[in-house]
Amino acid sequence: MSTLAPGGPAAAAIADLWWFMLAGAVAIFAGTMALFLMAFRAQARGPASTRLWIMGLGIAFPTTVLVSLLVYGLLVGERLQASAAPDVVEVEAMGRQWEWGFRQVQGDRRGAETVGVLHIPAGRPVDVLVRSEDVIHSFWVPMLAGKMDAIPGKTNRLRLLASRPGRYAGACAEFCGIGHTGNRFFVVAHDPASWARLAQGTS
Amino acid sequence: MTALRRHRALHAIWDRGPGWRGALATVNHTDIGRRFIVTAFVFFCIGGVLAMLIRTQLATPGSAFVGPAIYNQIFTMHGSIMMFLFAIPMIEGLAFYMLPKLLGGRDMAYPRLSAFGYWCYLFGGTILVLALLFGVAPDGGWFMYTPLSSKTYTPGINADIWLIGVTFVEVSAMAAAIEIMVSVLKLRAPGLRIDQMPLFAWYLLVTALMMLIGFPPLILGSILLEIERAFDWPFFDPNRGGDPLLWQHLFWLFGHPEVYIIFLPAAGVVSTVLPVMARSRIVGYGWIIAAILALAILSFGLWVHHMFATGIPHMALGFFSAASALVAIPTGIQIFAWIGTIWAGRPELKLPMLHIFGFFVVFIIGGLTGVMLAMVPFNWQAHDTAFVTAHLHYVLVGGFIFPMLAGAAYWLPHFTGRRPIERLGKAAFWLIFIGFNLTFFMMHMVGLLGQPRRVYSYPEAMGWTWYNLLASFGSFIMAFGFALFALDVAMQVFLGRRSQRNPWRAGTLEWAMLLPPPTYNFASLPRVADHDPLAADPDLATALARGEGYLAEPRHGWRETLAGDMLTGRPEYIVLLPGNSLLPLVMAIMTGGFFLSILGGVYVLAPVFLVAVAACGWRWAWRVGQREDLGAIDAGCDLVLPIHGEAPGSPGYWGSVLAIVADGTLFATLVFGYAYLWTIASGWPPPQLIAATPFAAGLSVIALAAASLAGRRAGAVPATAATRRIALGIGSAAQLAALAALVFEIATAVPPPASHAYAATVMVLFAYAAVHVALALLLMVFAWNRVGAGFVSDRRTAELRVAAMWQDYAAVVTLVVLLVTKVPAMLS
Repeated sequence: MSTLAPGGPAAAAIADLWWFMLAGAVAIFAGTMALFLMAFRAQARGPASTRLWIMGLGIAFPTTVLVSLLVYGLLVGERLQASAAPDVVEVEAMGRQWEWGFRQVQGDRRGAETVGVLHIPAGRPVDVLVRSEDVIHSFWVPMLAGKMDAIPGKTNRLRLLASRPGRYAGACAEFCGIGHTGNRFFVVAHDPASWARLAQGTS
Repeated sequence: MTALRRHRALHAIWDRGPGWRGALATVNHTDIGRRFIVTAFVFFCIGGVLAMLIRTQLATPGSAFVGPAIYNQIFTMHGSIMMFLFAIPMIEGLAFYMLPKLLGGRDMAYPRLSAFGYWCYLFGGTILVLALLFGVAPDGGWFMYTPLSSKTYTPGINADIWLIGVTFVEVSAMAAAIEIMVSVLKLRAPGLRIDQMPLFAWYLLVTALMMLIGFPPLILGSILLEIERAFDWPFFDPNRGGDPLLWQHLFWLFGHPEVYIIFLPAAGVVSTVLPVMARSRIVGYGWIIAAILALAILSFGLWVHHMFATGIPHMALGFFSAASALVAIPTGIQIFAWIGTIWAGRPELKLPMLHIFGFFVVFIIGGLTGVMLAMVPFNWQAHDTAFVTAHLHYVLVGGFIFPMLAGAAYWLPHFTGRRPIERLGKAAFWLIFIGFNLTFFMMHMVGLLGQPRRVYSYPEAMGWTWYNLLASFGSFIMAFGFALFALDVAMQVFLGRRSQRNPWRAGTLEWAMLLPPPTYNFASLPRVADHDPLAADPDLATALARGEGYLAEPRHGWRETLAGDMLTGRPEYIVLLPGNSLLPLVMAIMTGGFFLSILGGVYVLAPVFLVAVAACGWRWAWRVGQREDLGAIDAGCDLVLPIHGEAPGSPGYWGSVLAIVADGTLFATLVFGYAYLWTIASGWPPPQLIAATPFAAGLSVIALAAASLAGRRAGAVPATAATRRIALGIGSAAQLAALAALVFEIATAVPPPASHAYAATVMVLFAYAAVHVALALLLMVFAWNRVGAGFVSDRRTAELRVAAMWQDYAAVVTLVVLLVTKVPAMLS
């Protein structure tokens, strides 16, 4: 379930963003606390300079940091959007109290529902159409991507890609009532051969 | 008159009177402030015990300590209690206790309203906590997302208790917001310019403004959800034109400013305590005020960052992401202004400063994780995990609890008149600080490892066990720290040695009085030039006690204080404040009866209690005022001033203006909800629109225009009592006609409200207009009686102006309601 052990490009991009921000945050925290603690050591130096403390450290410094971080965050976010691609697989994830049902989508047709297990091909982009039958849930497979809410009356789209075949744990992330804790599922990413067999079996 | 005789005379006027009756009837701000603080601390302890239960449950995997049903109640109530029953009321208590003392006045602007607010808070909070004891507490999360909290998925009374209890408590928050604003803007000591007032007053002024605008969306949301639950009007039901996301918008439109509403007063405490502890003056006074204002404005533009995973288009999220990150700049200004202030002085690491150190460490970490969460992609991973739980506790404990502990250490000698016992307090600090960081630092990590929020259990295989165990261990260390803090306070209250006046050698006015403070604060009111008057004149307290300031002579048993120009503080009039009264308590009980009859589903009783509340309000307003013109009277120091009833812009007038701002915000949110559903929700356009017939609508508009004209004529100067009564009589008749027309529309033109969110929203819009026309009618009839009883003259027209103001407001909202409902119907 770790967000820091990415199994695909989306989760990897976010993990990179996290490590970058962590490094910056540690540096800023250390610097600010050093200034705070050194103030107790310093002998009285007369009136403090507004230019230094307010305009420099209070305004210019955070503005520079934040604007650059915002640009970085926005670019990562754009890259994670479901952009058009030739080999996209569409699946539907239906949240309900308290299980997830998954169906393959082909145009207007829906495949048979599998409860608690979502089958996808590895190495291909997958669009999950996230929906709900009752209350709000949230579809989350931390090793593959961020989460997307399942809201009754709405269909949300989440782009996933599992780089390697394998099993990835998922959970409902939005509190959905008494069975919320147990509302878990798995994503199984298949290699091409296994995916082809599965497609044959279901159609 | 000697200082002692003056003290006795003033005390006799301002004291609350003996026994139980005195305790129930007191309206004095020191009493009410203390009461808010103590009650909020009791709720904090209850919320803290719930937190302990959460940590006990999560300490080990697969724990069987409580099941999910109880666990859901526990975490819902922990959040709701800490937000609504602890943080906000603690702020109100500190504001009520401190503001008049800090600003050189004798009480808040509306003492009875403070008392009423306290009783509403106590009763509403009690309803919530009793529900917990009976096992029917709210269990849908403190954010109450629909449709989980709708009737289908929460059929029991649990959700109703949240909606009713919290709304009841919010009555007190709205009252406090208005009262704080008017008190800061009008009731300052003579000469205290707004750009010279103590920063704490600035922080509270902006906080109150944010409450005034931030709480109405929540109140509206709660009303709509309760109506949906009670009568099946589908505002949030996607099958009938509603939208569950509308609730989230309304909730977070309140919920995010709420965080700054909690943080700003605490930052105000830091800005007050830190310069005293550092023995210097605050750096960048003007910049800090600009930063507070920027924070207030930005905080209303970033609520969507709680909704990054709801499927809103990425580019739209980018806007809210930027606003959420940029809010760190005004915070940065304050942080570095504080550090610069320490650099400029000779800091001493006394207990209050130690808590400020805790604040710096914890709050800066919370701010940094906040910037991380403002980045949309990272938010998609971290949202609704323990990482966010950790972040929000770093922000709120760092940004509220530690400053409040600093404030407690700093002001306890003021509350109790006793000297602090440093050693115990320092031990308490370290336990809280270490325990807190152990608990919540672990939660960052376990969140990144994938632990969602609000799960009552987890399997061993997840690898979360050690983090949770350490977090739970830390939380018990923290609990010991708070127990030690409570013990420290108790020891100081009961065993502490008497403190001398101004023990910290502070510069602000609250230290210019005996400790503990006398009931009337200042025997005479000072003339003040800046925010640290005691720095310039350390003997000010003695001079004031000797009667060398304004209003030094007690007379007629009046509770007198001064009001001045909002900007310059130039004295304008003497405010005669109302004395002790049981009316606030009775009115709060009747308000409670109204809420309980809705909670119990006994809807026939609700209007009965509403009439009782109106009757209390009538009596409330009737008991103040004068039947003769007094003209300008002596205010001391060669100043003569009118009393407030004879001056333009009395506290009551400004209170009315602010109440309309709050009410107008609620109305604007309602219209926003209507437009939101129309444009965003599925299932629109609705199957049936309101009947397009313009007749009744036109009648109500014409009648309300006539009533507004009549209201204006009644308040004109000069005029005889007879003319005024005729105008008010005509106005009331016109209002009655408008009300009848609106009721006719409701009964005949609006489709059945349970059929579609459109019909439900239109019904609420019409009901809103009708309620305000009825309110304006009540005020005009009241004014008619007041003119008859001689309370109104050419000099005393405030009540007429208030009645006319509400009439104008009713006319405007009715016009808007008719435009937004009838025009689309006519066009289709």
